[in-house]
Amino acid sequence: MLKAHNLTKRFFGLVAVDNASIDVPEGSITGLIGPNGAGKTTLFAMIAGFSPPNEGRVVFQGDDITTEKPHLRARRGLARTFQIVQPFAGLNVRDNIAVGAYLHTKDPTEAKRRATEVAEKVGLGRELDKLASGLTIAGRKRLELARALATRPKLLLLDEVLAGLNPSEIRDVLPIIRKIREEGVTILMIEHIMQAVMNLCDSVYVLSQGKMIASGEPKVVCTDPAVIEAYLGHGAAARMQAEGAAHA
Amino acid sequence: MTKNFELILALAFLALLAVLALVGLPGNILNLFIFMMIVALTAQGWNMLGGYGGLSSFGHAAFFGTGAYTTTILQTTFGINAWIGLVCGVALGALVGALIGFLSFRAGLKGSYFALITLAFAEVLRILANSWDFTGGASGMMVSLKNSFWDLQFADRRYFFLILVVFVVLGLFLTRWLERSAFGAYLIALRENDQAAQALGVDIFRIKMQAITLSAAITSLAGCLYVQNFLFIDANVAYGSWISIEALFAAIVGGAGTIAGPLIGSVLLLGLGEITKSFSGGIPGIDLVVFGIILVLCVAFAPNGVRGYVADLYRRRMNRPPSSPKIV
Amino acid sequence: MYSPIIIFEALANGLMLGAVYALIALGLTLIYGVLHIVNFAHGALLTVAMYAIWLAFEKFGLDPYLAILIVTPLMFALGYALQRFIIGPSSHGSDNGILLVTLGLSIVIQNLLLAGFSSDTLTIATDYAFGVVPIGPLLLSLPRVIGLGVSLLTALLLWFVLNRTDIGKAIRAVAKERLGASLVGINVAHVYAMTFALGTACLAIAAGLLMPTFYVSPTTGAAFVLVAFTIVVLGGMGSILGALIGGLLIGVVEAVFSLFLGDSLGQIGIFLIFILVLLVKPTGLFGARG
Repeated sequence: MLKAHNLTKRFFGLVAVDNASIDVPEGSITGLIGPNGAGKTTLFAMIAGFSPPNEGRVVFQGDDITTEKPHLRARRGLARTFQIVQPFAGLNVRDNIAVGAYLHTKDPTEAKRRATEVAEKVGLGRELDKLASGLTIAGRKRLELARALATRPKLLLLDEVLAGLNPSEIRDVLPIIRKIREEGVTILMIEHIMQAVMNLCDSVYVLSQGKMIASGEPKVVCTDPAVIEAYLGHGAAARMQAEGAAHA
Repeated sequence: MTKNFELILALAFLALLAVLALVGLPGNILNLFIFMMIVALTAQGWNMLGGYGGLSSFGHAAFFGTGAYTTTILQTTFGINAWIGLVCGVALGALVGALIGFLSFRAGLKGSYFALITLAFAEVLRILANSWDFTGGASGMMVSLKNSFWDLQFADRRYFFLILVVFVVLGLFLTRWLERSAFGAYLIALRENDQAAQALGVDIFRIKMQAITLSAAITSLAGCLYVQNFLFIDANVAYGSWISIEALFAAIVGGAGTIAGPLIGSVLLLGLGEITKSFSGGIPGIDLVVFGIILVLCVAFAPNGVRGYVADLYRRRMNRPPSSPKIV
Repeated sequence: MYSPIIIFEALANGLMLGAVYALIALGLTLIYGVLHIVNFAHGALLTVAMYAIWLAFEKFGLDPYLAILIVTPLMFALGYALQRFIIGPSSHGSDNGILLVTLGLSIVIQNLLLAGFSSDTLTIATDYAFGVVPIGPLLLSLPRVIGLGVSLLTALLLWFVLNRTDIGKAIRAVAKERLGASLVGINVAHVYAMTFALGTACLAIAAGLLMPTFYVSPTTGAAFVLVAFTIVVLGGMGSILGALIGGLLIGVVEAVFSLFLGDSLGQIGIFLIFILVLLVKPTGLFGARG
């Protein structure tokens, strides 16, 4: 469904993303993990059209959209959430979500009805009339999700929707994400919380210092020495193996 | 306080003014009312872009003046009917709005940069109008007195006031429509967060273009009507910063991004200005001192203007949570 | 056509006027660079300083250049108070709030001056106003030569304050990273007000340099404010060097346009440059910030 190939992004000589490629098959939940500062959000920004890549191509459902503006990608069915939540603070929850719904209907009543529907799906049904600025962090994350869903995406890009949530809140959101996929939406998610990645993702990509260092099934990738070293530092994998041997 | 209630209150207030005017008011009060309506209409135009779109223009004089000059030149130089002049004035004003918008929004200007560039455009037009012959240069232009409905002039000024009220009512309905429409939702969304709006499929350039064109059209309509009342303009009146300032002040003091805000603001400001002038014995500029102080007080204590302040008071009495301050 | 002498004189005049423009813009760009605000009251504050210089001359017979020494600390104090007690608290830190508050202030100041002094234009008559300095074949106006010299000196002084004093270091720290500066114990509200005060103090010097040859009315500063904004945008918002070079450039442009188009249309050149810079390169010639 989405093929992003050989993407490179440079900021004033600093290479944030270096020749990274990612394939998201239709119907999958694909994860993108990596240590802080690896370039995950930059890669996302290129895929969603907020930051043009210096090199590489983004292909969505067979069409090259590398230089297409974000709003046109949204119309193709590519929706994203933001890591740092970006609510329309002065609007209530229903009107926030309705902005997404207007992509497919110009009728305000219909847009608000759909907004209500989506809000219930993500568990915001009781806070429809609350101002977005009055929501908790967990509420705002749900609002990000709801707004993106209201555009009826085919591919949903989730940028750390679980970050900042407590364990019980995470437990509540996981089934929602699974349900979204069951309804036919393909998902690409950046996530730090490994419990969630192991739980949800069919396959994961690991980005470290701008380079894609591993990809595959979550369980396999987690034991990849290169991945362990990326997270825990040089030599960590060897030490862990040695410790493992000693315990045995 | 629902939106419809707000609309009805505003309509009732205007109806009251209209009845008062018809029953009979002293000439100077009627003139004040006429001026209030012209400023209200200008501010309604400003509110579309500055209030709902969050793009504060410091140069709405560019549209006001274009409307005013267009209809004046068409009437005096070409002998064209005033109503046709009015339509042309609105069209040309909208065009100038679209042009300024195209240049500014394509360059991605917003915030203080947008405020400054609109001010600069208005100043360029003012200097040009002040030196070109076909705008009458520094001596300005007069529209000859005709006094007939067909010429949009009235010996009895009450009728002119009523026409102004009709336009302000149309402005209210237009604003109400905007609040309810997909266009309005997109406009508010890009005001609150333009990145998030884009991510949701909003073509922010197109929405801003539509907003500035609509906004400019309404403000240039006010400019046309100004000429029909005063029958004289020069560059400092038509393109002077005074009208940019009054439009902005009225909208913000009344409540930017609300239906009745511009009307409330212009009635309040001009009313207060008149009162201070009469109490101070006509010291020049004293009314503007009051305007300025009120603006600062509003930004400090009532970020949503008088309209927002009243709504918050009402909500507090009904024990509902107050709306948080909005970034205009 | 004009003789080369006239053109050269126009250029020299432009440079000298530009130096005073630069001084006004210096204050504006300093405030922008640190507080990240567009100070719309800058022009009105210039008018205040000009009236102060005029009063000092008219009531106490003080020479405008000497009056600078008294008016500068007064304007410094006024600037400090305005930012600390009015602009800072009332704007809640939002950009739009600051823009509107400073706009409101400028309207208040301008019209208080109108109420106090009426709209008459006031001038100062000094015996050196028409003095000339012969440089080669050019005859340059003495007050303008002084203006150029003092403006450059002030810029140097400002550079020294910013780079060699404690408050200067605090100002630069706050400009770079407000939160970090406050974490190491810098009083940000105080530094903001000091910056605003420094920027306002520049206006007192500019006023003293302008008054011998210029006039003052309540709207005089408003005429300068867009010129100053043009310079600031041209030089890059927040760049001191940019303001200096931008100021000189704009002075020359105005002189040349006025020579060929006449005084009233001459100003158009400035606005067109302003619009063009904003549209094409809003970061200016020397600005790093986007």
